Amino acid sequence: MLAGCIVTIEVAVLSIIIGIAFGVLLALARMGRKDVWSWVANAWIEVARNTPALFQIYLAYFGLGSLGLHISSFLALLAGITFNNAGYLAETFRGGLRAIPGTQIRAARSLGMTAGQGFRLVVLPQLIRVVYYPITNQMILAVLMTALGLTVGLDSDLAGVTQRFNVLTYRTFEYFSVAAVLYYLVAKILLAAARLLAFRLFRY
Amino acid sequence: MIEIEDVHKSFGLLEVIKGVTMNVARGEVVSVIGGSGSGKSTLLMCVNGLEPINSGRILVDGTVVHARETDLNKLRTKIGIVFQQWNAFPHLTVLENVMLAPRKVLGKSRQDAEAVAVERLTHVGLADKLKVYPSKLSGGQQQRMAIARALAMSPDYMLLDEVTSALDPQLVGEVLDTLRLLSSEGMTMIVVTHEIRFARDVSNRVAFFHQGRIHEIGPPEQVIGSPRQPETMAFLKSVL
Repeated sequence: MLAGCIVTIEVAVLSIIIGIAFGVLLALARMGRKDVWSWVANAWIEVARNTPALFQIYLAYFGLGSLGLHISSFLALLAGITFNNAGYLAETFRGGLRAIPGTQIRAARSLGMTAGQGFRLVVLPQLIRVVYYPITNQMILAVLMTALGLTVGLDSDLAGVTQRFNVLTYRTFEYFSVAAVLYYLVAKILLAAARLLAFRLFRY
Repeated sequence: MIEIEDVHKSFGLLEVIKGVTMNVARGEVVSVIGGSGSGKSTLLMCVNGLEPINSGRILVDGTVVHARETDLNKLRTKIGIVFQQWNAFPHLTVLENVMLAPRKVLGKSRQDAEAVAVERLTHVGLADKLKVYPSKLSGGQQQRMAIARALAMSPDYMLLDEVTSALDPQLVGEVLDTLRLLSSEGMTMIVVTHEIRFARDVSNRVAFFHQGRIHEIGPPEQVIGSPRQPETMAFLKSVL
């Protein structure tokens, strides 16, 4: 079951990292000019945030499968959760950017910085702090969402391994209780790591 | 020299500056007084190109600020500006706040930038706050840090936009003292202010803004001491 924990953490962390990348792009597209990209970003964010994660994972596995694109359970789960994360994180970034007053960029520009320097040296460091805790929250959600891998036949993550044992032994209560505790511990350990990193990162 | 020639500026349909002409010579301190919404602050933003203008022109040392070919980033290194809301960079220490632009814009080495920053911060009385983050400073200290940050670029001009308006009354004095020091050192300044007494004491000339125009301009003894225009009189009466 501990090996399952590793797979669970792997999916969660990967989905957050890729989700951050897509989330930034979505936020930029949504805030930018009204073109086809802003439309795509809007649609992505709306669907990701307003439909069940289970459906998103199902569609990645069975939906793409019925279109002839067969991917593994692992990839389908990763794709589904990443899709979901990116939608939520895009809104986090959009809100974070709004939270930094325009006067900061004004002050930067008035000191002779280019728009790029102002963003990189003044806005970005503050933005990272604003979005940091929402991102850690999303990471915990991602950990819990990985349990949905069961529905697309993933048997190597924590939920999958638990279900395998359950089927073999019918000791449902015991195995799922242990799994719940392990999920709890994984979430707590990731949160503690994030706190530790924040302590190093944010000195103000 | 700053030359402002018949500048008009609108926000949408609202014209906030309706034809302002004013020169500021090297070494001169010009105070701009007037009611809220009279266009004083907007004029400062136009001088360093943070705001576009609709017509007229502004020259700084002969460079047309709003010309397409003007390198505004370069021009702005010569013009320091301090805002009403000091706009400290919260993620940097006091020292880093002051060092940032000299390093990244002027390309100074860390040692050079730090030397200048320490010197300027000492000048404004913050030598003991170098490693502190702005959130730990009082408003007056943050504003003095903002002044040091602008001075670290070794500007030829300083634009001060109501730098004491957001401060508690007991903190106003320390900031005004810093400005007095600057003017005594010959810094060219345009000071938008509500501190009439300060304007009278340090300015070479005072301009009274009213409804987007300069209503009266002249030496402080005249504009503040014995104003000719009824609007100036009414304004001074309301603030003194």
